[in-house]
Amino acid sequence: MFNIERWKEIFQSIKKNKLRTALSGMTVSLGILIFIILFGLGEGLKNSYSDLFLNEANNVIFIYPGKTTKPYGGFKTNRIIELKNEDVLDLQNEFSSSIEFVNPRLFVNETIKYKLESFQFDINAVGPSNQQIEKHVLMKGRYINEKDIEEKNKVTTIGRLVARDIFRGEDPIGKFINLGSRAFKVVGVFQDTSGDTEENKLIIPYTTRQQILKGTDVIGTLALTFDQSIGGSGAVKLSNNIKSFLKKKKSIDPSDPSGIRVRNIADEIDRSLQFANALQIIVTFVGIGTLIAGIIGISNIMVFIVKERTKELGIRKALGAQPTEIIKMILSESIFITTLSGFFGMILGIIILSSLDSGALQDYFITRAGVDFGIAFFATVILIVFGVIAGYVPAKRAASIKPILALRDE
Amino acid sequence: MIEIKNLHKSYQIGASSLHVLKGIDFSVEDGDLVAIMGSSGSGKSTLLNILGMLDTSDVGTYDLDKIRIADMNEKKAANYRNKFLGFVFQSFNLINYKNALENVALPLYYQGISRKERQKTALTYLDKVGLKDWADHLPSELSGGQKQRVAIARALASNPKVLLADEPTGALDSTTSLEVMALIQKINNEGKTILVVTHEHDIAKMCKRIVHLKDGVIVDDKKIKQNVIKNV
Ligand SMILES: Nc1ncnc2c1ncn2[C@@H]1O[C@H](COP(=O)(O)OP(=O)(O)OP(=O)(O)O)[C@@H](O)[C@H]1O
Ligand SMILES: [Mg+2]
Repeated sequence: MFNIERWKEIFQSIKKNKLRTALSGMTVSLGILIFIILFGLGEGLKNSYSDLFLNEANNVIFIYPGKTTKPYGGFKTNRIIELKNEDVLDLQNEFSSSIEFVNPRLFVNETIKYKLESFQFDINAVGPSNQQIEKHVLMKGRYINEKDIEEKNKVTTIGRLVARDIFRGEDPIGKFINLGSRAFKVVGVFQDTSGDTEENKLIIPYTTRQQILKGTDVIGTLALTFDQSIGGSGAVKLSNNIKSFLKKKKSIDPSDPSGIRVRNIADEIDRSLQFANALQIIVTFVGIGTLIAGIIGISNIMVFIVKERTKELGIRKALGAQPTEIIKMILSESIFITTLSGFFGMILGIIILSSLDSGALQDYFITRAGVDFGIAFFATVILIVFGVIAGYVPAKRAASIKPILALRDE
Repeated sequence: MIEIKNLHKSYQIGASSLHVLKGIDFSVEDGDLVAIMGSSGSGKSTLLNILGMLDTSDVGTYDLDKIRIADMNEKKAANYRNKFLGFVFQSFNLINYKNALENVALPLYYQGISRKERQKTALTYLDKVGLKDWADHLPSELSGGQKQRVAIARALASNPKVLLADEPTGALDSTTSLEVMALIQKINNEGKTILVVTHEHDIAKMCKRIVHLKDGVIVDDKKIKQNVIKNV
């Protein structure tokens, strides 16, 4: 393959035919460049979606009670369904193999006071597993624990921003905050990487709250986590089973869309990621389209080049060039140009992608736009290979016609 | 050197076929200088192209230096063209992006001769046609006569057994035609077998033998007294 004399021939031909070289080089460079940029932006789009869910545990199922919309089992329609403490135990027993934590939750509406000053924050009355479900990270002290639940302690673990606003640098641990008319002792401070909303919350034991509400055992909503290993379809099955279990228990028409609602985070993430994947696929298709356009472009140019050179090839044949020599000459030239310009386009594409202003791109929902080097390399090689195949056909034809026919070409 | 028998050639034009060579019997001795004449369309170029292995015949045999040229594959044909035959065209057919020296060196490239050797040999032949000083000129920088001399140098570079020239002076004025013919005579005097297709009687008379083609057959074939060109 490597023949210094042939390469000298080829370099001369390339040097003396700049337009032809530029034309085919540009087609290949541009094809691969556009492919890489499109693909990279598609990746960025997908990254944005993935990031959205990065900070939440994705093996969570939420259960919301509501009003029935159908009469059933002797009950009238519009019945208000409530979750109770016993439901937590029943769920834990029934689905013990797949459920990890169950977290009852009540939303508390009380004024927050510290040393005569009032504050406005959300208060969540929950169980200790809230920490795992919301991915709260302790900064100081401790989270509310099982003992607090059992003893219905008036303790609270507060978000980082709550601590900052109320205590202003003072150590909050051991201090008392008034929630409504009752004083709660601060036992810990947590942070949450997912954003400000969580860090603006106060966490108290749900049993404490129930005691304050005159000893009720009603729960607002339930969140539960399940064993990751059951997978996406297992999660969907689990949430359906939970739904029918609770509906049966609460005598709700199985076909009633209301009454008990179950939300599966994994399912939602899946659907969003599916959307992101679909986008990626569309972008990839467009990219592949560009690549195909590039291949067609280089094929046309190869046909054009061979046509343009027909007479020259005829002269060479009349002087004794072998057909294989003609093919090798045309192919080596096209391999040389497409490889050089292909990798030039690839590197340029990668450079452009990495130099794009990530701040500006964020506005278009594109995060970390970039392309896997392997894919970029593969696409470039594909383009080169097809360029060569596309060149082979006309080269072979030109090499096999009678010299007199080639010479007659004007 | 050349021996052809009962050579036939037809061109297919759409559905009909044009019978151009209708049984040519013809031989050329070593060292001969033959003019092939005939009116336009009589089949002169067709015959020369077949002799130069640029085209193939339908019927008949062709022996070149006692080697039968028949139905060979392109690879072998290329080899024969390169080693045995030098072709000169009316329209020069130089490669426009190569300079005079590179054009002359090209047949040697296809013989696998090293670059240095090629350039040396090519320069010798350029010198022979009087264009040593024009070695690095592109064809577009040369006159018609100079181009044809480069083409002749190129045809000679691989030291072929036979030189075939199809109207080598057809695109040249009378003075330059004379220059080119003087060169052809000189090469012939050195022993090379040469066939020249021409329209012009003056040119034909500078050869040693004239063959007349008419309607695809040889109607006349005679040795003549060569008009030797002096002081060009
Ligand atoms: N490739 C071809 N296809 C069809 N017909 C052809 C082809 N080449 C030549 N002919 C025809 O064959 C005949 C002989 O052509 P040829 O070129 O041999 O003539 P010629 O004697 O060289 O004429 P001229 O003096 O004009 O060059 C002509 O009638 C020409 O039209
Ligand atoms: Mg002719």
